[in-house]
Amino acid sequence: MHEMGIVNSVLDAVRAEAGRFPGGHICKVGLRVGELAGVAPEAMSFCFEALVRGSEFEPLELEIEYCPRRHRCAACGKLFGATADGAECPDCGAGGARFAGGDELEIAYWEVEDGASAGRT
Amino acid sequence: MERVPVERKVLNENERVAATLRARFAEHNILCLNLISSPGSGKTTLLERTLASFPPGERVAVLTGDIQTENDARRLARFGFPVRQITTGGTCHLDARMIERALADWRLEEIELLLIENVGNLVCPSSYDLGEAAKIVLLSVTEGEDKPLKYPSIFFKSELLALTKTDLLPHLRYDIRAAEENARKIQSGIRIVRTSCLSREGLQEWFGWLDARRRAFSAPPVAVF
Repeated sequence: MHEMGIVNSVLDAVRAEAGRFPGGHICKVGLRVGELAGVAPEAMSFCFEALVRGSEFEPLELEIEYCPRRHRCAACGKLFGATADGAECPDCGAGGARFAGGDELEIAYWEVEDGASAGRT
Repeated sequence: MERVPVERKVLNENERVAATLRARFAEHNILCLNLISSPGSGKTTLLERTLASFPPGERVAVLTGDIQTENDARRLARFGFPVRQITTGGTCHLDARMIERALADWRLEEIELLLIENVGNLVCPSSYDLGEAAKIVLLSVTEGEDKPLKYPSIFFKSELLALTKTDLLPHLRYDIRAAEENARKIQSGIRIVRTSCLSREGLQEWFGWLDARRRAFSAPPVAVF
């Protein structure tokens, strides 16, 4: 269970970036979490709630894009979702597809609300 | 509302420290290996056999991580090589900063092989780069053939899988071929060695791999995950 530490790293990044948006604030952080990242998205959401509630970050929201393992066919170039049962290309049937993603653990974006629009809502 | 693309790794502070460590290891020609497994799979015992195979004066050092106790360091220190325990005090993995601190007063120019025994855990250590040249995953034959499918991350990121405790196979209903096939489904090129520290099956093969890896490391760099 290391999701708490990982969420802390996300919040450190939010804190460090906050100064870049004078008059505004980061209201949502978007993460990309791969199947092979070794991180459970549900546990991350739970830790995020626990750390943000009642903190300086409130009402910060979290959005997680889960990224399944992908392979690219060495023969025809097709990108496809790899299953645990093998890496055969669903189009041409060739084996030996190469890993093409699924180990992401990245901050994809911030959503920033400026002070004026925050006032209007 | 404005969406600002960021595109950075969540653990970029750990990655930064790990990159510094990797550069220091390269500068001193140190091959660093990160051993990862569930608790009780036999990391410490494999390290004991490995250290026992080296002649006195071999330039090898060990960092061993646990949540509590100095037991592993005591076991490993008997072989006369530098060993240091890292107690994490609750944290379920080692991170790059812990390695940096543990190495602070060691003379890196006296080390050629640095073996890191991670905290027993098949999940969390896979997320933290320690600056190693390669991760080694251990899986004992009492753990279930489907572990590579259940915990794919570490099997995907490791260069070598040591299947351990194979002396127990006659007493188990364990399909070792299925375990190997499952590991290869996650990473087709993973090197697999069947080992027993009791019967000594596979130990020569492991020592041979280690020796070849050290020689390859002091030659031009090899691309590893």
